[in-house]
Amino acid sequence: MEFLRPESLGEALAARAAHPEAVPLAGGTDVMVELNFARRRPAALLDLTRVGELTGWHADGGTVRVGAGVTYAELTGERASGGQTALGRLLPGLAMAARTVGSPQIRNRGTIGGNLGSASPAGDCHPVLLASGASVEAASVRGRRQVPIDDFFTGVKRNALAPDELITAVLVPAPGGPEQFAKIGTRNAMVIAVAAFAIVLDPVRRRVGTGIGSAAPTPVRAVAAERLLAGALAGDGLWESRGPLPEQVVTEFGQAVSAAASPIDDVRGTAGYRKQALAVLASRTLGWAWRDYRAAGQQAGRG
Amino acid sequence: MTTSGREPGREPGQSGLLAPAGRAPSRPRRAPDGVPAEADRPGAGETAGIGTSVRRPDGRLKVTGEFAYGSDLWMDGMLWGVTLRSPHPHARIRSVQIGEALATTGVHAVLTSADVPGQNAYGLEHADQPVLAADLVRYAGEPVALVAADHPETARLAASRIMVDYEVLPPVTDPVAALAPDAPALHPGGNLVRHLKIRKGDPEPTADVVVAGSYQIGMQDQAFLGPEAGLAVPDGAGGVELFVSTQWLHVDQRQICAALGLPAERVRLVLAGVGGAFGGREDLSMHVHACLLALHTGKPVKMVYSREESFFGHVHRHPVWIDYEHGASSDGTLVYVTATMHLDGGAYASSTPAVVGNAGTMGAGPYVVPNVRIDAYGVYTNNPPCGAMRGFGSVQAAFGYEAQMDKLAAALGMDPVEFRCKNAMRMGSEGPTGQVLDSPAPVAELLRRVQRMPLPESGSADLRSLPGGVGNTTHGEGIVRGIGYAVGYKNVGFSEGFDDYSTARVRLELTGGEPVVTVHTAAAEVGQGLVTIEQQICRTELGVGTVVVVPKDTSVGSAGSTSASRQTYVTGGAVKAACEAVRERLLARVRERGERELAGLRLADGLVLADGAGPVGAIGEFLDAGPIEETVQWRHRPTQPIDPETGQGFAHVQYAFAAHRAVVDVDTELGLVKVVALDCAQDVGRALNPQAVVGQIQGGSAQGLGLAVMEEIQVRDGLIANPSFTDYLIPTILDVPPMRIDVLEYPDPHAPYGVRGVGEPPTISSGPAVVAAIRAATGRDLARVPVRPEHIAGPA
Ligand SMILES: Cc1cc2nc3c(=O)[nH]c(=O)nc-3n(C[C@H](O)[C@H](O)[C@H](O)COP(=O)(O)OP(=O)(O)OC[C@H]3O[C@@H](n4cnc5c(N)ncnc54)[C@H](O)[C@@H]3O)c2cc1C
Repeated sequence: MEFLRPESLGEALAARAAHPEAVPLAGGTDVMVELNFARRRPAALLDLTRVGELTGWHADGGTVRVGAGVTYAELTGERASGGQTALGRLLPGLAMAARTVGSPQIRNRGTIGGNLGSASPAGDCHPVLLASGASVEAASVRGRRQVPIDDFFTGVKRNALAPDELITAVLVPAPGGPEQFAKIGTRNAMVIAVAAFAIVLDPVRRRVGTGIGSAAPTPVRAVAAERLLAGALAGDGLWESRGPLPEQVVTEFGQAVSAAASPIDDVRGTAGYRKQALAVLASRTLGWAWRDYRAAGQQAGRG
Repeated sequence: MTTSGREPGREPGQSGLLAPAGRAPSRPRRAPDGVPAEADRPGAGETAGIGTSVRRPDGRLKVTGEFAYGSDLWMDGMLWGVTLRSPHPHARIRSVQIGEALATTGVHAVLTSADVPGQNAYGLEHADQPVLAADLVRYAGEPVALVAADHPETARLAASRIMVDYEVLPPVTDPVAALAPDAPALHPGGNLVRHLKIRKGDPEPTADVVVAGSYQIGMQDQAFLGPEAGLAVPDGAGGVELFVSTQWLHVDQRQICAALGLPAERVRLVLAGVGGAFGGREDLSMHVHACLLALHTGKPVKMVYSREESFFGHVHRHPVWIDYEHGASSDGTLVYVTATMHLDGGAYASSTPAVVGNAGTMGAGPYVVPNVRIDAYGVYTNNPPCGAMRGFGSVQAAFGYEAQMDKLAAALGMDPVEFRCKNAMRMGSEGPTGQVLDSPAPVAELLRRVQRMPLPESGSADLRSLPGGVGNTTHGEGIVRGIGYAVGYKNVGFSEGFDDYSTARVRLELTGGEPVVTVHTAAAEVGQGLVTIEQQICRTELGVGTVVVVPKDTSVGSAGSTSASRQTYVTGGAVKAACEAVRERLLARVRERGERELAGLRLADGLVLADGAGPVGAIGEFLDAGPIEETVQWRHRPTQPIDPETGQGFAHVQYAFAAHRAVVDVDTELGLVKVVALDCAQDVGRALNPQAVVGQIQGGSAQGLGLAVMEEIQVRDGLIANPSFTDYLIPTILDVPPMRIDVLEYPDPHAPYGVRGVGEPPTISSGPAVVAAIRAATGRDLARVPVRPEHIAGPA
């Protein structure tokens, strides 16, 4: 097996173009499992860990650019560094998702780019990226492009990358409001999601975003639920009033999220349970997000 | 111990205490055999004797990652062995073509059933399992062919080139249906492995209050962290030496000899470093395979299973279906129990007969019940073979009878602990087999002790303390707290007339002018700490601080199995007896010197002491005449077979008891569970190493918790659906709460030092207590374990 070790993005893209059979390797937490189980025997590996352009993040206007090589440990980071706000504070939804991933060892190695590369329906970044309307920056020797997250997941463990492309970054709109992520597993840590849900409320753009994990062939949005909630919030003037959410809206939102899922029975859970659990998760996370929104308004009012 | 140029090596710095004795010929060898210096010099002899929490010699190596497990075995020039397994649960083999595999560069041998020189059948109780399937496969994962190659990748590639032509047959997967007269017979004698009957008292009892329930217990895996591994080294003269991770060297040796057609002196076994066992290493795995390949190629052959293969490489805990009916009088006295149990043994018998024996004879629980009728069936199917696992039949029964106890208490309007205590066994009680408990049985006290322990505070806001953990599924919504109790019991040692013994060789000699004890047994150290116990016993009995534990191998007699919570009792008993024999001879030398009449001679702190006098001398003075060595075979008092029609008899040598109280927070809308407290009281007779005892109780409790809420091998149509640690979930640190543990020490007068087996009882009561607590929180019946989220939150 050949091991390609580019030192720069330019070299990496050239290698990618020259060796389409080479499998990109970031943290290796998916790739090495596949190799160990002999599910995959690529002719070559393309090691991305020396490519500086893939690391780090910065906030630029309304967007946070997160390098593909940013790890879960960095996503959960609470401490500021180098004059930058801590990533975990910039993107609280992704931080919540990252915190649920694997174990400390996995969070130290695993990257957001790798999560997107694998494009598993259970990838924990995906619901948050869907909910926040992120896009994936892909590059090749031919140039760079941005793939809206809605177009990124094309099938079970398949994504929209061309064979010569690498993920260079994820572009996430800076949150203007509360975000929540919740994930169910049958044990209290180190578990692949049985079902996951993310919600993003954007009071500036009057937008509601959602993302569902592990309950369809790909991560999906609950578009009807978003519309339902956005309509209720706008119709009742709730964005402005920050008044309590009607119980019925919360329940209907949960049902609409559940209806957007098309889960299956598998070793991790039944389809029926996933549907029911998604309704609960959606109602609860909406309640928490709305509570945060109201609390933020009160603070602003006091300030 | 001899140094052989052929012994496998280890990395420098690794201890050989629990690993094979040797190292590569190029490396110098420490003498005596790789025992870490630290372990040898605990300080003053007496202080590190029994009753103290002396540190384990392998602890540091394991924590620092230096310990050599079976999978670390290495020898220059060795080959790698790989197993080709059946993908079908039931199929006839029409042909096996090995030509293409054999032609693969780097391949040294490809073997099939035709290459098994001896008997192509093995098994712990019945030799019904082929070394390599000949014409029929009975479970998915059954070994069909072997490859040895110079690289494991090459071996795997070649294995994939073996062409097996299968005629696929419909699998028999339901153990109840398997007993129907028209079910296809999977073995010549039919599908019934054992039917155990217990008949005691009135055959047609009636009672004021009757409750019934049907329970189902899923298939648990031992999930030991070190996969099956070993290295077979041909001796160049037709014999073989096998370094292997196992639980019982001699029962392996017996089966290997039969399969290889070799006498015992040509097949030597040495224990390799064992990464956990829990029953899953009692049966053979790669043992014969590696030996066959080594003898065939004339080269050392290493085999190591991957995690996935490990799920197919060992037996699991029997899934069980139980129908219980209990009757009690209105004052809360148990009147009768009837039970029908079906234990799915899978494709081969393994230890199914003994597991059935336990599930049946202890199927009424640790209660006094005058009228008992139990039928326990062990059945062949085309599911994965099941056999020994910690708790061995008692675990499954306890989920049923403890659920029944709560139901009965509710029906009677009684407190569940009061009800249990009222009916609890005690010393002098008669069990369902007619056996009278002739040593302490503090069942009621154990329950009351856990009941009196302080309850945990109610939940904090930290996600890690809530059901769902950092998954952020609740901030308090839907949470209901529940409390549950359970008590369980199990036999210690081998039962029903089995000749259960151990052998110990103890030598006392001068080394560099100092007295040193060397203890040699074949008892497998699987992580439980027996090597420490052996040292402690020697120190106490001989008053010598430096005790060398020789690597475990077959050059000393059998120690029996490291299972059934028996080694501290039985091998501990053998070591004690061997020490006593050595001491007698030493004291004879003292008396021979005969300066004066000496009363109350004893050994302590390196000295010979006598009543009313100062030290008679240093132990070393009496060893100038030469070493003293004694080998003793030691037996516990015999048990008897039970009557085949009534189940009556003195079946078990000792019983051990534990009680748990579980406190759980359940998210009732999502069905997620956080076990908040899991407190235990257990009688251990005498704690030879108190810290090791607590470790066993913590680990056993966690394993029971695992079965209660997450651990299950899911089998569909005979196929394992989750053979990985991604989907076979075992508890993490966030799933296992801190535990209060109350260790009672009521000595068993029949056992050495009064010890009572420790390892299994906590695995029996912890799971039922957790499920009882979930029932209390949810009001649901929950008749199946593991309890899954959909059972709690789904449609009732
Ligand atoms: C024990 C364990 C627990 C886990 N738990 C979780 C969990 O809870 N939640 C979860 O979501 N995942 C989990 N995972 C899966 C895995 O950790 C994540 O998917 C992780 O994000 C993968 O990132 P990585 O950097 O390790 O990727 P790698 O393994 O290096 O790569 C993954 C895939 O992405 C491709 N790839 C990587 N980088 C790029 C790039 N820049 N451009 C194009 N393609 C690229 C690779 O070729 C490969 O196909 C777990 C894995 C393990 C082993």
